[in-house]
Amino acid sequence: MSKVKTVMQKNSQLIIPLIALLAIVLFNVIRCVVIGNFSFFEIRLTENTNILSGNVINILKDASELAILAMGMTLVTSASRGQDISVGASAAIAGSVFVKILLANPANWGVIIIAILASCVVAMICGAFNGILVSIFKIQPMIATLILYTVGRSIAYWINGGATPTIAKDHPVLYLGGFFPGNPIPTPIFIVIICAIIFVLVLKFTNLGLYTQAVGINEKAAHLNGINPIKMKLLTFIILGVCVALAGVIRVSRLALINHETILLGVEMDAILAVAIGGNSLGGGKFKLSGSIIGAYVIEALTNTLYAMKVASTDVKAYKAIVIILIVVMGSPVVKKHTSRLWSKLFKKKEIPATAGASSSKGGM
Amino acid sequence: MQKDIVLTMRNVSKAFPGVKALQDVDFTLRKGEICALMGENGAGKSTLIKVLTGVYHMDAGQVNIAGIDKAITIRSPQEAQNMGISTVYQEITLCPNLTVAENMFIGRGKYNFINWRDMEKKAKEILDNLDIPARPSQQLSNCSLAVQQMVAIARAVDADCKVLILDEPTSSLDDQEVAKLFALMRDLKSKGVGIVFVTHFLEQVYEVCDSITVLRDGKLVGEYDIKNLPRVQLIAKMMGKEFDDLSALNKKEISSTEDGETPVLEAFGLSSAAGVKPFDFKIKKGEVNGFTGLLGSGRSESVRAIFGADRITGGKVKMHGKTVRIAKPIDAMKQKIAYLSEDRKGDGLIADLSVRENIILALQVKKGFFKPFSRAEAEAFADKYIKLLEIKTASADTLIGSLSGGNQQKAILARWLLTNPEYLILDEPTRGIDVGTKVEIQKLVLKLAAEGMSITFISSEIEEMVRTCSRLIVMRDRKIVGELGSSEITQDNIMHTIAGGGNS
Amino acid sequence: MSKNNTVSGRKGREPITDTKLLLTITICVFFAMYVLAMLIWGGGFLKPQQFINLFNDNAYLIILSCGLTIVMISGGIDISVGGVTALVTMCCVVFLNSSGGSILGSLCIALGIGLAFGLVQGLLVAYLDVQPFIVTLAGMFFARGMTTIVNKEPATVSMEAFKALKDMRIEISWLGAQSKGGWIPARIELGAVIALVVVLAVFVILRWTRLGRNIYAVGGNNQSALMLGINVKRTKFYAHLFCGLLAGIAGYTFLLHIGAANPAGDANMAEMKAIASSIIGGTLLTGGVGNIIGTLFGTLTLETIRNIVVTSGLKEPWWQSITYGAMLCFFILLQSVVLARRGKGGLALPKWLNFGKKKSDDESAT
Repeated sequence: MSKVKTVMQKNSQLIIPLIALLAIVLFNVIRCVVIGNFSFFEIRLTENTNILSGNVINILKDASELAILAMGMTLVTSASRGQDISVGASAAIAGSVFVKILLANPANWGVIIIAILASCVVAMICGAFNGILVSIFKIQPMIATLILYTVGRSIAYWINGGATPTIAKDHPVLYLGGFFPGNPIPTPIFIVIICAIIFVLVLKFTNLGLYTQAVGINEKAAHLNGINPIKMKLLTFIILGVCVALAGVIRVSRLALINHETILLGVEMDAILAVAIGGNSLGGGKFKLSGSIIGAYVIEALTNTLYAMKVASTDVKAYKAIVIILIVVMGSPVVKKHTSRLWSKLFKKKEIPATAGASSSKGGM
Repeated sequence: MQKDIVLTMRNVSKAFPGVKALQDVDFTLRKGEICALMGENGAGKSTLIKVLTGVYHMDAGQVNIAGIDKAITIRSPQEAQNMGISTVYQEITLCPNLTVAENMFIGRGKYNFINWRDMEKKAKEILDNLDIPARPSQQLSNCSLAVQQMVAIARAVDADCKVLILDEPTSSLDDQEVAKLFALMRDLKSKGVGIVFVTHFLEQVYEVCDSITVLRDGKLVGEYDIKNLPRVQLIAKMMGKEFDDLSALNKKEISSTEDGETPVLEAFGLSSAAGVKPFDFKIKKGEVNGFTGLLGSGRSESVRAIFGADRITGGKVKMHGKTVRIAKPIDAMKQKIAYLSEDRKGDGLIADLSVRENIILALQVKKGFFKPFSRAEAEAFADKYIKLLEIKTASADTLIGSLSGGNQQKAILARWLLTNPEYLILDEPTRGIDVGTKVEIQKLVLKLAAEGMSITFISSEIEEMVRTCSRLIVMRDRKIVGELGSSEITQDNIMHTIAGGGNS
Repeated sequence: MSKNNTVSGRKGREPITDTKLLLTITICVFFAMYVLAMLIWGGGFLKPQQFINLFNDNAYLIILSCGLTIVMISGGIDISVGGVTALVTMCCVVFLNSSGGSILGSLCIALGIGLAFGLVQGLLVAYLDVQPFIVTLAGMFFARGMTTIVNKEPATVSMEAFKALKDMRIEISWLGAQSKGGWIPARIELGAVIALVVVLAVFVILRWTRLGRNIYAVGGNNQSALMLGINVKRTKFYAHLFCGLLAGIAGYTFLLHIGAANPAGDANMAEMKAIASSIIGGTLLTGGVGNIIGTLFGTLTLETIRNIVVTSGLKEPWWQSITYGAMLCFFILLQSVVLARRGKGGLALPKWLNFGKKKSDDESAT
């Protein structure tokens, strides 16, 4: 029992996002009961094309870009103690480069891979730009990234010469956004899984997590312990750049076109939300990647549920706002304090009397 | 309430989950009395102060203040201020972006509009009265820390207080400034203000206080007249045991003119962007040397330059006779140098990480980005040092921020000891720590030196350095002005060298 | 030892406050830019009406920026203001076009909506301790969503009384330009007057009232402000409330200028422009530093850039944002360099770009 308790304590920040996810699932269950059919949860294998479809699949598929961005955003938030609001704009730039290379060359996998690499490089440069402003010029992340936010989509427009080019229907790159032949599972879902695995491996086999958190919690102390805060912050922005490129590539492949104005519009806000819903502090420091990933799916599930309820796309934002408020209020420190007081009253816990006060993080009495 | 008493606290209790911070504590303060509130870390001093100032609410007890018949309840710092209880904290609780004058008056009393000219005139009066070198219209962040502290005190003093609480006010002040502060305190004393002086500096207590109240483990040990309580007895009461006679510690006698042995570290013309003038330095194996001087003389900057913590602007460093390049902390760490900084909270602790993560951090960084320790290795390291240094913590997973100051310091010390350094730099390792831990650390320093570690020890308490160092470097105005060999290390000599014979 | 303080009789100048320094830079840049524009492109820039139009066309943005400056000084942020502006505009249009519509009523609606947003957001941020970014992000979503729920299509005000108000102009006869049809005096719209009144009011509040100074204190150091006896929660609450109110006023002003509402395109990116204006005007996102005059000039600077871009013939649509971005970048870097020189944390620049200031002993001896 105590092992379960330690696991719960260690992952206590995942409670909010998991509850949120659960609540949405429950809500849909109830809704299905009320309307009398469970088609919302149905996963079908379409007859002639043999691919999986259904709402659940859509949620998993549509959240792909968001989940990948949320992973990168978590690192940046942790180390730089702020948010990167330029990811949508950078994705537009990366997407534009991607499309430009694709359309200028024959349609084969070699070109596609080069195009992906190129868009990665471009996005990493954008990330480095932000990173340099933040780490060397000590500018607040939100302010620093405001520049690319303002300028990014226009640069994307300029890259494509003022056009919104489309990709031919038979171009193999569309498999990236859709389905590889013979594979029932949408490709974006694979990409997310691979991305997540890479992140987990990197976090496990390097000190990325420890260094990032140390820099975010106390940069001076990290410096005195031999960590290079500038390199770390820059690194997190560059990693986010890779995520941005992936997101841009997936979205372009899905839509088969690039429209600099609308591609991934507002995704930065959703990514930041995902990080927050995941229980991570937007002020930097400790983080749990899984929280942000769950947060991304929470947001997508919410949006999808609203559409399933026939809410008009323009109105979705309003309902989303209400749910978001509920979630973050639940996770707010004040509410947490009250609920934990309630909890300990109901289940009297005995703690080892070794150290001082609950609320104060300063030592001693 | 008796005529001459300004504050009484009776049967005050306060508990936190799992810890009884205060149990049934009494406290009495007379008018015009300067009372020292003393106790080791964990004794309850801080909690008592926070109860008085409205930061915590007591669970039980009664507080009475002169001029108000009924027992008072203090629910917020504002209420405490309104009742005449003013506090000056160790961390400067002023707003750096506001002017000096604003900081002195904001938040006090009833006003809706600001009259800048009036405010600055009043501020100037007070500043001149108290001889504080600051201009009313100056932005606070442009004043030195010491001046900021004095402005904080000026504010507290002006608020027509009955009780003035000074929580470790002298930590960032040099002797001149401390003297000014004491003059201020005596002035207030003559006006009938009761002063509670919380400090770790024994000498200061005996210099300015009239009485001492001792707490231990959340309980009141006693309230004493200062005449009746010699130092040794005070410490005994604070620690609850017989005071370990530190003079019995054996200093290793190392002559600084001994030739032949290559010093562990040598620095030539080292200077840094922090403003240290080029200096030479060397330390031998097993030697304990100290840096001393007034606040601002450049002690911390010098050792930081050795460690590469600030940008190096010139000079050369040799380890064991070979020239090495130390441009940043990791370079120094690779040369087996370790540095315990003086600002534990500011650049020592990583508060939200666990005790274990804090302990293994330096060694981990030394090992490399791509080679994280396994869970088992990390646990072994942490447990070893928790035991060795007797760090009191619920578990190695506890967040280090929730440990007491002394235990936090031990954990940071553990971090650096774990890297098995040849040369350990300790910058104010005993600051803000209870007497018991201070003794432990000094003993540890001598033990490590005996085992062959070279140690640089910096402390504001000269007696500590006299006790442990076999060589003492004296600094003034960011320059080395003297070096004392072990036979020359006495309080008098040190004072004289710091003061200097002429201009420097 | 004390530094930077005049002790023995030496009448040194004390260093200028951060606020004043950044403000000076902003004003200088703006005037330099405008004068340069007048010299290089002449034409429109020499006409007083062009300058006045900076206020006429961007009155709502000036008001929004004021609100945002207040919140940023207190240490928070409010990215809902653009959405609130759009919502207010739409609601007022619908109301004015309805049978019971009245100008007074629409004004009440505008203020009411603004206050409501400010109230809820303020409560959540100040008393429930939720991150302001998230709260106001939700606020933005909610406002934009509600705008389309209220009315899907663009709509124009048809009420005559309002149209008269919208077309009202204050003429300055001695200021104007000669044109083919004769002397055309400079015209100031009602919105511009409102904007100036707001700027003045906020200036007074921030400089001379208790609440204003408390906002600075809270932004400078939360903990200290608490210890100094300031009710931090209430102050933050009022900051958000004020910002919401100003967003409501801005919405009304927007309507006065445009006379119509478009749910898809109203006040797009207004919040980001307002933040940019505040930053250019010398407001620090970290709080505690900022001033309204600077923000005013920040807004004017941004819009002047737009005029310059248009005049200089850079037709492609991407030039505007690129120049916006470049201007923003310039100011942000400038702020960072200026503050670094004052020792607020040196820049970690490579050796060849050395601006480093010496750290004082006191800063390291905390």
